[in-house]
Amino acid sequence: MTLSRRQFLVLVPAAAAAWQYVLAGTPQDAPNYQLTDHWWGMLLDITKCIGCGNCVRACQAENDVPDEYFRTWVERYLRTDWDLTTPEVISPDGGKEGFPTAEEVKNGMYFFVPKMCNHCADSPCTQVCPVGATFITPDGVVLIDQTYCLGCAYCVQACPYGCRYIHPTKHVADKCTLCYHRITKGLTTACCENCPTGARQLVDLKNPNDPIHAFLKTHDVHVLKPEMATGAKAFYNGLDGSVR
Amino acid sequence: MKTFRDSEHLLRFALLFAIVFVLFLVVRHFVVPRSFGEYGHYRGAAIAEIAARPIHFAGQSACETCHTDIAATKKAGMHAGVHCEACHGPLASHAANPASVQPPKLDTAVLCVRCHAASAAKPKNFPQVAAAQHSGGLACETCHHPHSPAIQGGGAK
Repeated sequence: MTLSRRQFLVLVPAAAAAWQYVLAGTPQDAPNYQLTDHWWGMLLDITKCIGCGNCVRACQAENDVPDEYFRTWVERYLRTDWDLTTPEVISPDGGKEGFPTAEEVKNGMYFFVPKMCNHCADSPCTQVCPVGATFITPDGVVLIDQTYCLGCAYCVQACPYGCRYIHPTKHVADKCTLCYHRITKGLTTACCENCPTGARQLVDLKNPNDPIHAFLKTHDVHVLKPEMATGAKAFYNGLDGSVR
Repeated sequence: MKTFRDSEHLLRFALLFAIVFVLFLVVRHFVVPRSFGEYGHYRGAAIAEIAARPIHFAGQSACETCHTDIAATKKAGMHAGVHCEACHGPLASHAANPASVQPPKLDTAVLCVRCHAASAAKPKNFPQVAAAQHSGGLACETCHHPHSPAIQGGGAK
């Protein structure tokens, strides 16, 4: 078979393009875990949170989160009756060792708000990444490919919930993975595992038997900053309007 | 057959373009990770890599596999919803190797108070005590068994 120069020049790029797909091979999947069967989120019940800090400690132990950095943290709000929009918020060391004793207030109320990555369906953080190092998985978890991240911190600025940080020693972006290494093994997240009051519940919206479906029908559940249309999947029960 | 006059220089440009294009494909092939674009604009293999990270908390069901007696006590009491590792700490290494890794001893003076210290910030229906006045300096477990803390429920030691 003889090839003219013209045919050769057409065939070489075509073969190179095809070779890409040959080398890519077939993707390896975990045997019992199907990415398309799940759509993960979390339910955070403010009416049950006691501010013990178990979730913060558990998260740090499970994920080797450096000191003074937080993938999840707890805030204590004091909202007075005089000003419903500017509450007094404290979070000493992320609420890791609990909170100082609060005295009863006459005209106002205290409550705890656990915060974490909202694993947004339309996340601003994944949209700004210039290299494709952060993304939402087919099962609805926002993750960071730390071998690919440049540490430019665009995503840290883009997150409206302040849930990302640059890791002090790895110098790449870091955040809550929704304990992806646990939920893909059939376990719950470290924070849910250690919450003594059940204020945190891992939810799988694609599971028709998940109690979240009944809960959302019967409770007043909100997400943080709904006006930003991030598609947040951290559902808050009993969320006060003063929470930002 | 010549469609255009002096088309030689056009062919040379075409050849140059083709060489650069092939070079681009070759470089791209080596620079872009294999799984990039598998699920979207990111490295698909990263999902499996993150999923393969080691766990530190074994999970409630792992504890209950061996500690059936304590699991039964706990289920009947007020602490039924509190998972073992919420107090005992991360023990996946103990679950994997029960003989060699022993859980650390716990201090109830720290643990009980963490949740049950009285504070106006906590939900009103959550049981709370001002520890100093409540026990008069006695350790919590003098009266309350941590696995089933109600005294009238046979929880007292």
